[in-house]
Amino acid sequence: MRPLAGLFAGLVFGLGLALSGMMNPARILGFLDVAGAWDPSLAFVLVGAVAVSTIGVLLARRCRTPVFAQHFGWPAVSGIDAKLLTGAALFGIGWGLAGFCPGPAIASLTLGLGKSFLFVAAMLAGMALYRITVQSRRRQ
Amino acid sequence: MNWPLYFQSLCGGLLIGGAAALFLLLNGRIAGISGIIGSLFGPPSAETVTNVTFLVGLLLGPLLYAAFAGHLPKVDIAAGFGTLVAGGLLVGFGTRLGSGCTSGHGVCGLARLSPRSMAAVGMFMAAAIVTVFITHHFLPGDAR
Repeated sequence: MRPLAGLFAGLVFGLGLALSGMMNPARILGFLDVAGAWDPSLAFVLVGAVAVSTIGVLLARRCRTPVFAQHFGWPAVSGIDAKLLTGAALFGIGWGLAGFCPGPAIASLTLGLGKSFLFVAAMLAGMALYRITVQSRRRQ
Repeated sequence: MNWPLYFQSLCGGLLIGGAAALFLLLNGRIAGISGIIGSLFGPPSAETVTNVTFLVGLLLGPLLYAAFAGHLPKVDIAAGFGTLVAGGLLVGFGTRLGSGCTSGHGVCGLARLSPRSMAAVGMFMAAAIVTVFITHHFLPGDAR
Protein backbone atom coordinates (compact mmCIF):
# COMPACT_ATOMS: atom_id res chain seq x y z
CA MET A 1 0.00 0.00 0.00
CA ARG A 2 2.95 2.35 0.63
CA PRO A 3 3.72 2.96 -3.07
CA LEU A 4 0.05 3.79 -3.69
CA ALA A 5 -0.04 6.16 -0.69
CA GLY A 6 3.19 7.72 -2.00
CA LEU A 7 1.66 8.21 -5.44
CA PHE A 8 -1.38 9.91 -3.90
CA ALA A 9 0.71 12.13 -1.61
CA GLY A 10 2.93 13.12 -4.57
CA LEU A 11 -0.16 13.88 -6.69
CA VAL A 12 -1.66 16.16 -3.99
CA PHE A 13 1.76 17.78 -3.48
CA GLY A 14 2.09 18.46 -7.22
CA LEU A 15 -1.48 19.80 -7.42
CA GLY A 16 -0.69 22.14 -4.52
CA LEU A 17 2.51 23.35 -6.19
CA ALA A 18 0.62 24.05 -9.42
CA LEU A 19 -2.22 25.91 -7.66
CA SER A 20 0.07 27.89 -5.36
CA GLY A 21 2.31 29.49 -7.98
CA MET A 22 5.43 27.82 -6.52
CA MET A 23 6.09 26.19 -9.90
CA ASN A 24 6.66 29.56 -11.55
CA PRO A 25 10.25 30.83 -11.14
CA ALA A 26 9.09 34.37 -12.02
CA ARG A 27 6.79 34.31 -8.95
CA ILE A 28 9.54 32.84 -6.73
CA LEU A 29 11.98 35.56 -7.75
CA GLY A 30 9.26 38.18 -7.21
CA PHE A 31 8.83 36.86 -3.66
CA LEU A 32 12.58 36.86 -3.00
CA ASP A 33 13.02 40.37 -4.44
CA VAL A 34 12.20 42.21 -1.21
CA ALA A 35 13.85 45.43 -2.48
CA GLY A 36 11.86 45.43 -5.74
CA ALA A 37 8.18 44.88 -6.57
CA TRP A 38 7.73 42.36 -3.76
CA ASP A 39 5.10 39.66 -4.34
CA PRO A 40 4.12 38.36 -0.87
CA SER A 41 1.86 35.57 -2.16
CA LEU A 42 4.33 32.76 -1.56
CA ALA A 43 4.38 33.59 2.15
CA PHE A 44 0.73 32.45 2.07
CA VAL A 45 1.86 29.14 0.55
CA LEU A 46 4.30 28.59 3.41
CA VAL A 47 1.77 29.56 6.10
CA GLY A 48 -0.89 27.24 4.65
CA ALA A 49 1.54 24.36 4.16
CA VAL A 50 3.14 24.58 7.60
CA ALA A 51 -0.29 24.90 9.28
CA VAL A 52 -1.64 21.64 7.79
CA SER A 53 1.73 19.89 8.13
CA THR A 54 1.72 20.81 11.84
CA ILE A 55 -1.68 19.12 12.26
CA GLY A 56 -0.15 16.04 10.60
CA VAL A 57 2.82 16.06 13.00
CA LEU A 58 0.55 16.47 16.06
CA LEU A 59 -1.65 13.58 14.89
CA ALA A 60 1.40 11.42 14.15
CA ARG A 61 2.77 11.95 17.65
CA ARG A 62 -0.50 10.56 19.02
CA CYS A 63 -0.31 7.47 16.81
CA ARG A 64 1.89 4.53 17.74
CA THR A 65 2.59 3.58 14.12
CA PRO A 66 1.78 4.98 10.66
CA VAL A 67 -1.07 3.29 8.78
CA PHE A 68 1.07 1.36 6.26
CA ALA A 69 4.51 1.19 7.97
CA GLN A 70 6.04 -0.24 11.13
CA HIS A 71 7.32 3.02 12.57
CA PHE A 72 7.70 6.75 11.97
CA GLY A 73 10.96 7.73 10.29
CA TRP A 74 11.61 10.90 12.28
CA PRO A 75 14.95 12.48 11.36
CA ALA A 76 17.68 11.78 13.92
CA VAL A 77 18.04 14.65 16.36
CA SER A 78 21.36 16.39 15.82
CA GLY A 79 22.82 19.85 16.22
CA ILE A 80 23.17 22.81 13.91
CA ASP A 81 26.54 22.35 12.21
CA ALA A 82 28.61 23.89 9.42
CA LYS A 83 27.49 21.16 6.97
CA LEU A 84 23.81 22.09 7.45
CA LEU A 85 24.41 25.84 7.16
CA THR A 86 26.81 25.58 4.19
CA GLY A 87 24.40 23.31 2.34
CA ALA A 88 21.45 25.61 3.05
CA ALA A 89 23.47 28.66 1.89
CA LEU A 90 24.48 26.95 -1.39
CA PHE A 91 20.87 25.86 -1.96
CA GLY A 92 19.65 29.41 -1.27
CA ILE A 93 22.08 30.90 -3.83
CA GLY A 94 20.95 28.38 -6.46
CA TRP A 95 17.28 29.03 -5.64
CA GLY A 96 17.83 32.78 -5.96
CA LEU A 97 19.64 32.37 -9.30
CA ALA A 98 17.15 30.12 -11.09
CA GLY A 99 13.92 30.48 -9.07
CA PHE A 100 13.48 26.70 -8.86
CA CYS A 101 13.66 24.45 -5.79
CA PRO A 102 13.59 20.64 -6.21
CA GLY A 103 9.82 19.93 -5.97
CA PRO A 104 8.61 22.59 -8.43
CA ALA A 105 11.50 21.80 -10.80
CA ILE A 106 10.45 18.13 -11.01
CA ALA A 107 6.74 19.00 -11.30
CA SER A 108 7.48 21.49 -14.10
CA LEU A 109 8.97 18.72 -16.27
CA THR A 110 5.37 17.82 -17.14
CA LEU A 111 5.14 21.01 -19.22
CA GLY A 112 8.01 19.80 -21.41
CA LEU A 113 10.02 23.03 -21.31
CA GLY A 114 13.67 22.67 -22.35
CA LYS A 115 14.82 25.01 -19.56
CA SER A 116 13.13 22.82 -16.91
CA PHE A 117 14.96 19.76 -18.20
CA LEU A 118 18.26 21.68 -18.21
CA PHE A 119 17.78 22.78 -14.60
CA VAL A 120 16.75 19.29 -13.42
CA ALA A 121 19.71 17.70 -15.25
CA ALA A 122 22.09 20.13 -13.48
CA MET A 123 20.33 19.50 -10.14
CA LEU A 124 20.71 15.72 -10.51
CA ALA A 125 24.37 16.26 -11.45
CA GLY A 126 24.80 18.31 -8.27
CA MET A 127 23.27 15.49 -6.20
CA ALA A 128 25.49 12.93 -7.91
CA LEU A 129 28.51 15.16 -7.25
CA TYR A 130 27.60 15.22 -3.55
CA ARG A 131 27.30 11.44 -3.57
CA ILE A 132 30.71 10.83 -5.14
CA THR A 133 32.55 13.51 -3.16
CA VAL A 134 31.23 14.18 0.36
CA GLN A 135 29.22 11.03 1.03
CA SER A 136 31.71 8.47 -0.27
CA ARG A 137 34.60 10.19 1.55
CA ARG A 138 32.74 10.00 4.87
CA ARG A 139 32.21 6.25 4.58
CA GLN A 140 35.92 5.44 4.24
CA MET B 1 -2.58 43.87 -2.88
CA ASN B 2 -3.92 40.98 -4.93
CA TRP B 3 -6.12 39.05 -2.49
CA PRO B 4 -7.58 36.47 -4.95
CA LEU B 5 -4.03 35.48 -5.89
CA TYR B 6 -3.01 35.25 -2.22
CA PHE B 7 -6.06 33.09 -1.50
CA GLN B 8 -5.10 30.77 -4.36
CA SER B 9 -1.56 30.57 -2.97
CA LEU B 10 -2.93 29.78 0.50
CA CYS B 11 -5.10 26.97 -0.92
CA GLY B 12 -2.09 25.55 -2.77
CA GLY B 13 -0.14 25.67 0.49
CA LEU B 14 -2.94 23.81 2.31
CA LEU B 15 -2.71 21.03 -0.31
CA ILE B 16 1.11 20.86 -0.02
CA GLY B 17 0.81 20.63 3.78
CA GLY B 18 -1.96 18.03 3.38
CA ALA B 19 0.30 15.94 1.15
CA ALA B 20 3.10 16.12 3.74
CA ALA B 21 0.65 15.14 6.52
CA LEU B 22 -0.65 12.19 4.47
CA PHE B 23 2.85 10.92 3.68
CA LEU B 24 3.71 11.10 7.38
CA LEU B 25 0.51 9.52 8.75
CA LEU B 26 0.22 6.78 6.08
CA ASN B 27 3.87 5.91 5.39
CA GLY B 28 5.65 7.43 8.40
CA ARG B 29 7.88 9.44 6.08
CA ILE B 30 8.98 13.07 5.88
CA ALA B 31 7.95 14.51 2.50
CA GLY B 32 11.32 16.01 1.63
CA ILE B 33 11.64 16.18 -2.15
CA SER B 34 15.43 16.56 -2.30
CA GLY B 35 15.83 13.57 0.05
CA ILE B 36 13.43 11.48 -2.03
CA ILE B 37 15.30 12.28 -5.25
CA GLY B 38 18.73 11.94 -3.59
CA SER B 39 17.94 8.50 -2.17
CA LEU B 40 17.56 7.20 -5.74
CA PHE B 41 21.33 7.73 -6.17
CA GLY B 42 21.98 5.23 -3.37
CA PRO B 43 21.48 1.46 -3.25
CA PRO B 44 17.85 0.25 -3.60
CA SER B 45 15.93 0.09 -0.32
CA ALA B 46 12.46 -0.91 0.89
CA GLU B 47 11.37 2.68 0.12
CA THR B 48 12.71 2.90 -3.45
CA VAL B 49 9.40 1.99 -5.14
CA THR B 50 7.51 4.48 -2.95
CA ASN B 51 10.05 7.20 -3.74
CA VAL B 52 9.50 6.61 -7.46
CA THR B 53 5.69 6.57 -7.19
CA PHE B 54 5.80 9.80 -5.13
CA LEU B 55 7.81 11.49 -7.90
CA VAL B 56 5.39 10.13 -10.54
CA GLY B 57 2.55 11.67 -8.52
CA LEU B 58 4.46 14.95 -8.38
CA LEU B 59 4.75 14.92 -12.18
CA LEU B 60 1.03 14.17 -12.58
CA GLY B 61 -0.04 16.94 -10.16
CA PRO B 62 0.15 19.76 -12.73
CA LEU B 63 -1.96 17.65 -15.14
CA LEU B 64 -4.62 17.22 -12.43
CA TYR B 65 -4.49 21.00 -11.96
CA ALA B 66 -4.99 21.45 -15.72
CA ALA B 67 -8.01 19.12 -15.60
CA PHE B 68 -9.66 21.49 -13.08
CA ALA B 69 -8.35 24.85 -14.30
CA GLY B 70 -8.50 24.17 -18.03
CA HIS B 71 -4.86 25.21 -18.54
CA LEU B 72 -1.43 24.13 -17.32
CA PRO B 73 0.17 26.17 -14.52
CA LYS B 74 2.38 29.08 -15.62
CA VAL B 75 6.12 28.47 -15.66
CA ASP B 76 8.10 31.56 -16.73
CA ILE B 77 11.86 30.92 -16.70
CA ALA B 78 13.84 34.11 -17.34
CA ALA B 79 17.23 32.59 -16.46
CA GLY B 80 19.59 31.72 -19.27
CA PHE B 81 21.66 28.59 -19.93
CA GLY B 82 24.58 29.37 -17.60
CA THR B 83 22.37 30.56 -14.73
CA LEU B 84 20.16 27.46 -14.93
CA VAL B 85 23.17 25.12 -14.92
CA ALA B 86 24.84 26.96 -12.02
CA GLY B 87 21.55 27.20 -10.12
CA GLY B 88 20.75 23.53 -10.68
CA LEU B 89 24.19 22.37 -9.53
CA LEU B 90 23.97 24.54 -6.39
CA VAL B 91 20.42 23.40 -5.59
CA GLY B 92 21.31 19.72 -6.08
CA PHE B 93 24.58 19.78 -4.13
CA GLY B 94 23.36 22.22 -1.47
CA THR B 95 20.13 20.38 -0.63
CA ARG B 96 22.04 17.10 -0.16
CA LEU B 97 24.80 18.72 1.92
CA GLY B 98 22.21 20.59 4.01
CA SER B 99 19.93 17.51 4.29
CA GLY B 100 16.83 19.19 2.89
CA CYS B 101 15.09 21.82 0.82
CA THR B 102 11.95 23.94 0.95
CA SER B 103 9.77 20.88 1.60
CA GLY B 104 11.84 18.86 4.08
CA HIS B 105 13.18 21.75 6.16
CA GLY B 106 10.44 24.28 5.31
CA VAL B 107 7.08 22.49 5.27
CA CYS B 108 7.97 19.46 7.44
CA GLY B 109 10.83 20.74 9.63
CA LEU B 110 9.10 23.94 10.71
CA ALA B 111 5.98 21.90 11.56
CA ARG B 112 8.11 19.70 13.85
CA LEU B 113 9.65 22.86 15.40
CA SER B 114 13.07 21.39 14.55
CA PRO B 115 15.86 23.88 15.47
CA ARG B 116 18.01 22.45 12.64
CA SER B 117 15.27 23.10 10.08
CA MET B 118 14.61 26.60 11.44
CA ALA B 119 18.33 27.40 11.05
CA ALA B 120 18.37 25.91 7.53
CA VAL B 121 15.25 27.84 6.44
CA GLY B 122 16.70 31.09 7.83
CA MET B 123 19.95 30.44 5.99
CA PHE B 124 18.52 29.48 2.60
CA MET B 125 15.95 32.30 2.66
CA ALA B 126 18.67 34.84 3.53
CA ALA B 127 21.04 33.47 0.85
CA ALA B 128 18.28 33.51 -1.77
CA ILE B 129 17.17 37.06 -0.90
CA VAL B 130 20.78 38.36 -1.03
CA THR B 131 21.34 36.55 -4.36
CA VAL B 132 18.22 38.09 -5.91
CA PHE B 133 19.15 41.51 -4.47
CA ILE B 134 22.56 41.34 -6.15
CA THR B 135 21.39 39.91 -9.50
CA HIS B 136 18.33 42.17 -9.84
CA HIS B 137 19.67 45.44 -8.48
CA PHE B 138 23.43 45.44 -9.13
CA LEU B 139 23.99 43.39 -12.29
CA PRO B 140 22.78 44.48 -15.74
CA GLY B 141 19.71 42.60 -16.97
CA ASP B 142 21.54 40.37 -19.43
CA ALA B 143 23.78 38.96 -16.69
CA ARG B 144 20.87 37.24 -14.93
